[in-house]
Amino acid sequence: MIKVTYVAHDGTETVIEAEEGTSVMQAAVSNDVEGIVGECGGSMMCATCHCYVDEAWEAKTGARSDDEDEMLEGAASEVTERSRLSCQIKLDPSLDGLVVHLPEEQL
Amino acid sequence: MSPERVVIVGAGQGGLQAAISLRQNGFDGAITLIGAEPGLPYQRPPLSKAYLQDGKAEALVLRPASFFESKQVEYLPGSSVLEIDRAAGEVRLDGAGADRRLGYDHLILATGTRNLRPPIDGLELACDLRTLDDAARLREALAGPRRIAVIGGGFIGLEFAAVARKLGHEVSVIEAAPRLMARAVSPAISRHFEDWHRARGVALHLGRAAIGVDATGVSLDDGARVDADFVLLAAGVRPNTELAEAAGLETGNGISVDAQLQSSDPAISALGDCACFPDPRSGAMVRLESVQAATDHARLIATRIAKGACPDYQALPWFWSDQGDQKLQIAGFAGPGATEEVVSEGLVARFDAAGLAAVETVNNARVHMKARKLLGPGGSADFAALKEAIAA
Ligand SMILES: Cc1cc2nc3c(=O)[nH]c(=O)nc-3n(C[C@H](O)[C@H](O)[C@H](O)COP(=O)(O)OP(=O)(O)OC[C@H]3O[C@@H](n4cnc5c(N)ncnc54)[C@H](O)[C@@H]3O)c2cc1C
Ligand code: FES
Repeated sequence: MIKVTYVAHDGTETVIEAEEGTSVMQAAVSNDVEGIVGECGGSMMCATCHCYVDEAWEAKTGARSDDEDEMLEGAASEVTERSRLSCQIKLDPSLDGLVVHLPEEQL
Repeated sequence: MSPERVVIVGAGQGGLQAAISLRQNGFDGAITLIGAEPGLPYQRPPLSKAYLQDGKAEALVLRPASFFESKQVEYLPGSSVLEIDRAAGEVRLDGAGADRRLGYDHLILATGTRNLRPPIDGLELACDLRTLDDAARLREALAGPRRIAVIGGGFIGLEFAAVARKLGHEVSVIEAAPRLMARAVSPAISRHFEDWHRARGVALHLGRAAIGVDATGVSLDDGARVDADFVLLAAGVRPNTELAEAAGLETGNGISVDAQLQSSDPAISALGDCACFPDPRSGAMVRLESVQAATDHARLIATRIAKGACPDYQALPWFWSDQGDQKLQIAGFAGPGATEEVVSEGLVARFDAAGLAAVETVNNARVHMKARKLLGPGGSADFAALKEAIAA
């Protein structure tokens, strides 16, 4: 199991454990973490799974793809260098302990 | 004053979203979510895409069981509403032998659609693709080599065809209209997908109606035969309006609602696949089968119930279809009679009397998102601006 911490906009932290291969979006939704919507179910169509990867983890999650970049244009909150679509981050052992921050709004 | 008891009929994408959004909007009355299907509410789009290949049913679940506890939503899976008694403000449920009744102050109808079963001989041999049960059956069928015939060249039939072909099966698609996805996309996009499927070895029978199904294949209206040992029926759906009709609510191509998504009875709303609502742009009554419509409808209804009022519905429709490596994205909605301008291969703008109505793109997220901004509330819907953005 891989540990992920979601830090909500108001600072509240939720720690969950998810199986390898799950996306950061899927892990949030199936653990009822508020602040990730994931409307399109990970089809890169909605940009409602926007998150900011914690600085310490940026190198490990890697860069976002071009398509992801384009879809983030439609994100409801500010997009920064650390913005990712969480449905596009797949959990593997190298991400055990991952910390992501959630935007104020997703819609 | 907001109602105290909200009952939601149908626990699919829209029904569940209504429960989620009611709580998000601070509604603290009772919520009961009634769904005919077993298990937790799940999403359908992957059923004709990823799920057919990976079989991961748990990835489809929209909310875990803990959600219903923590948000105090009473969830009744495997239960059907049989009747709405508007005079008493009650619904009648099946199950457990007893005649169960449940009172409501506000009722939300989110009953979705079911497969259209055209009068074709032997059609009982054909499988559907609407529910998780259906998809699980299809996955089993795809396990061994097959000759597959798909009746219906719409999104679901074609998505299934692309997966089946990729898995190495022989696949034929039979479509009565002269082109693929004719109700939903422009002729240029139909052609794009026609070429793509043919190039991958899918046999397309366009402008041909299936008239009979038997153990060895499908007969077409011109006398031709399509050999198949497995047949999928994907020839469209019909909205589940019977409950509403029997209760005397106004219906057309769906349960009719106004710009507040209220039915002809103000204590009853309808959403998603089963609802027929005024298109914010043209005012024409439309019914959309999409995740976007189901969830945006649900949010509006939840806000109205929780806060007592809300602005009229104005969300921009968007839709997608993944067929193999071809991702079709549609921003906006073009009704029948729309004209098209092909900007480049796989990029089509559609127009009606009021101007730019929809933009269809293939594997082009950048232009899709630009189009969503331009066409959405507050956007200029200006074709010149779209072309500038495309060129940039
Ligand atoms: C295979 C497939 C692929 C799809 N792909 C896409 C896609 O790529 N993109 C997209 O945007 N959309 C897609 N869709 C459409 C999308 O899934 C629907 O538009 C969406 O699910 C509609 O939500 P809904 O809540 O209106 O209805 P549904 O999700 O269909 O839910 C309705 C529920 O109501 C229940 N019900 C009906 N009558 C009763 C009753 N009397 N009592 C209790 N329960 C009842 C039904 O059993 C059903 O579970 C796809 C659909 C399918 C089937
Ligand atoms: S879930 Fe829709 S883009 Fe990530």
